[in-house]
Amino acid sequence: MRKLNFALSMAALALLAGPAAAQQDPNLARNLVANCANCHGTNGKAVPGAGMEPIAGEPKEKLVKKIKEYRSGVRPATVMHQISKGYTDEQIDLIAGYLAVQK
Amino acid sequence: MFNRRDFLKAAGASAGVVTLGGCAGGSSKATGHVVVVGGGYGGATAAKYLRMWSNGSVEVTLVERNSEFISCPISNLVVAGEKTLADITVSYEGLKKWGVRVIHDDVVGIDAEKRKIKLAKHGELGYDRAVLSPGVDFMWDAVPALKGADAQSKILHAWKAGPQTVALRKQLEDMKDGGVYALTIPKAPYRCPPGPYERASMVAHYFKTKKPKSKVLVLDANEDIVSKKGLFMKAWGDNYKGILEYRPNSELRDVDVASRTAILEFDKVKADVLNVVPPQRAGTLVAQSGAKLANNRWAEIDWTSMESVNAKGIHILGDSTLSAPLMPKSGFMANQHGKVAAAAILNLLAGEAPSSEVMMSNTCYSFVDAKNVIHVASVHKYDAEKKTMLTVPGSGGVSAARNEIEAGFAMGWAKNIWADMLT
Repeated sequence: MRKLNFALSMAALALLAGPAAAQQDPNLARNLVANCANCHGTNGKAVPGAGMEPIAGEPKEKLVKKIKEYRSGVRPATVMHQISKGYTDEQIDLIAGYLAVQK
Repeated sequence: MFNRRDFLKAAGASAGVVTLGGCAGGSSKATGHVVVVGGGYGGATAAKYLRMWSNGSVEVTLVERNSEFISCPISNLVVAGEKTLADITVSYEGLKKWGVRVIHDDVVGIDAEKRKIKLAKHGELGYDRAVLSPGVDFMWDAVPALKGADAQSKILHAWKAGPQTVALRKQLEDMKDGGVYALTIPKAPYRCPPGPYERASMVAHYFKTKKPKSKVLVLDANEDIVSKKGLFMKAWGDNYKGILEYRPNSELRDVDVASRTAILEFDKVKADVLNVVPPQRAGTLVAQSGAKLANNRWAEIDWTSMESVNAKGIHILGDSTLSAPLMPKSGFMANQHGKVAAAAILNLLAGEAPSSEVMMSNTCYSFVDAKNVIHVASVHKYDAEKKTMLTVPGSGGVSAARNEIEAGFAMGWAKNIWADMLT
């Protein structure tokens, strides 16, 4: 009986934990990279010869540095200085990490 | 034999199965059948991403009327004679490789209660979730003389790319030098805010190079240029002085088809080629589904899932939606909607709540002549308190000036987004 009560209370705890777990979206990096795909190709794999910079499989540190340089204005751009300002450090980190492991 | 740790695991696991928003996990747990109606920028993207992100665990059927995808973006270059229809046409074969079942047919009815979609020729489709991405339909009541198919074949809109695009090109080619091309623009919101101004620019470019005595007359129902105003005005002043005339506050009331005359409130304007972009609303199917419309025109949706606020199980994308503040009705945006819907649907089919950390971005390129392009860009983030997408402060903007580099990026964008949605 005591065991059953314990099981029920644990189930209740799991229920409570539900919404909190949903807030930390495990697919966030994947979903953010989908914002890049419009110009840079699905998962950062650009159409060859279409004139867009390939971003899949690039080292994470290099991508983070580049995006942050666009954001600060250090690196000249036509549009990326305006797009990069829409994303936080944490989001840029997730984006670069996801792109870096694309083969 | 059954310790506390095992209990935690068992309780967590079972709760994950039976509750919404249970334990975190990949979308591959999602199963079910999604029917996507409309294979444009929104629907085709949703169909591909549902298959790709579920690793094929979710069945996807795409219902599309046309046998091939023809892009509205870049179609103004076809109108101007710089590109052909073949350049902006992409096959649906690539989606079949992702395992999307593509049915070329018309939807005649949707029953949100029974979750069934009735097709004209292919019977009925049951679904767990439906995605409606029908684009816009024209409000012909606002231009009564254009209600019939015959009138619509003479006074063209060319605001859905395809035969109308080619027909408008033909009318411009057939027009004598010294003629007038008049373009009417409806009050915002309409599909592609900078599109009419790009078209006016590109037709003016065609006239300047091939028919220099001809004129472009822009009759805009809006009180001012809706998008990229400064950049368009600069291009018009520098390139098309004496060719392009812009008239704001010129709302179209009706037309006289035979004489190609635009009837405005206080004026009548006769043209050699009259091009009417009519007022628009969500594709008829959206209203038919029972989804709530704002102002009887645009679908109200939950931005974390793109699901209708009232018609459960129905997700609505693209131009059909009631746009969030500063969000354009663009192909780029529809593609973003398709991805948000795909992510949310996979969560829902796995018994999890959609994520509320939703980001979207947009870039619209416009040609102002054959070589120079201008852009407008924005980044949008979901605001849980206001329950809408808001632009991120400090982000976005327009080109510093028209330039040739972005003409390359505009075509690069087109090729990549077509591949992103269709291959």
